[in-house]
Amino acid sequence: MFTKKRGKTNPEVSTASLPDIIFMLLFFFMVVTVLRDGERKVKVVVPQATELQKLQQKSLVNHIWIGKPTEKYAATYGTKPRIQLGDKFASEYDIPLFLEQHKIKVPEPQRPRITTSLKVDGDVTMGIVTDVKTALRKANQLKVNYSARPREK
Amino acid sequence: MARTSSRDRMKNEINAGSMADIAFLLLIFFLVTTTIDIDKGITVKLPPWSEEDPETQKLKKRNVFSVLVNAQDQLLVRGELTDVDDLRERAKEFIANPQRREDLSTDPKNAIISLKNDRGTSYGVYVEVYNELKAAYNELWNDECERMYGIPYSEELPVAYRKAIKEKIPFVLSEAEPTNFGEE
Repeated sequence: MFTKKRGKTNPEVSTASLPDIIFMLLFFFMVVTVLRDGERKVKVVVPQATELQKLQQKSLVNHIWIGKPTEKYAATYGTKPRIQLGDKFASEYDIPLFLEQHKIKVPEPQRPRITTSLKVDGDVTMGIVTDVKTALRKANQLKVNYSARPREK
Repeated sequence: MARTSSRDRMKNEINAGSMADIAFLLLIFFLVTTTIDIDKGITVKLPPWSEEDPETQKLKKRNVFSVLVNAQDQLLVRGELTDVDDLRERAKEFIANPQRREDLSTDPKNAIISLKNDRGTSYGVYVEVYNELKAAYNELWNDECERMYGIPYSEELPVAYRKAIKEKIPFVLSEAEPTNFGEE
């Protein structure tokens, strides 16, 4: 009458497909990953805006960070806003070289589409931003994106 | 003698049980290093640099919408102290000039927005002002697009459509060299 069911069924769940699932997740993250490019040495909270445009193709974008040095570096570099290019502090005179170093990595036909993303803290005064803008104009890098986050309603 | 054929030995599979662990390890590595930052912002085109002084153009006063931002982050729009929240509406009215007023632009094609700030202006306010002016144009483009093609304006629109709209309402924003009164 009552046959022991437990004896018949195989209690184990097959884990054979587990690696596949994990690999799928892995590939997803590998694709969306942008490896952190060095340490953020300046504190940047970008302002809010509404008329935002997405930046296409990460390889065509270079970033200039402007903000006050983080606490760790405040002792050495002071509390005045500074420019960070790549992973080090810089001045606006280093910008042409920085742009050139990025440009040689980009295939020639795509070079006119290079955009500079200005990640500037909202509390920074326009003086330093203007200096950077002038340097960009002199280096003929005219496509610029003022990085901002969507405005919270 | 028990003969083990080579085929029997082939059946010995490599234990794939640790495969998941390896994949997990890699997964966790990528999870930690990942920054999914949404790179968004206001795209602008800077004017090319030239050593010579630009030609001075005589412009009709009514066609210029001057916006000045001082080091105290106050806004002076066409000589009046204005709040940032009113800027968008005023700019729209100036560009489109629906009532054909004498003191606003003759035509959207002739309208010029002149933005001038101080070296002491905070970047946050500058972006806010820029954003409002851009928003004014975006709203006008949207209206024009609805009128011409019956669809809202977006960047995905065919190039010809966008060109036609921008020919009617070109985005002209001239930025003057900033003054230097308020920088620390």
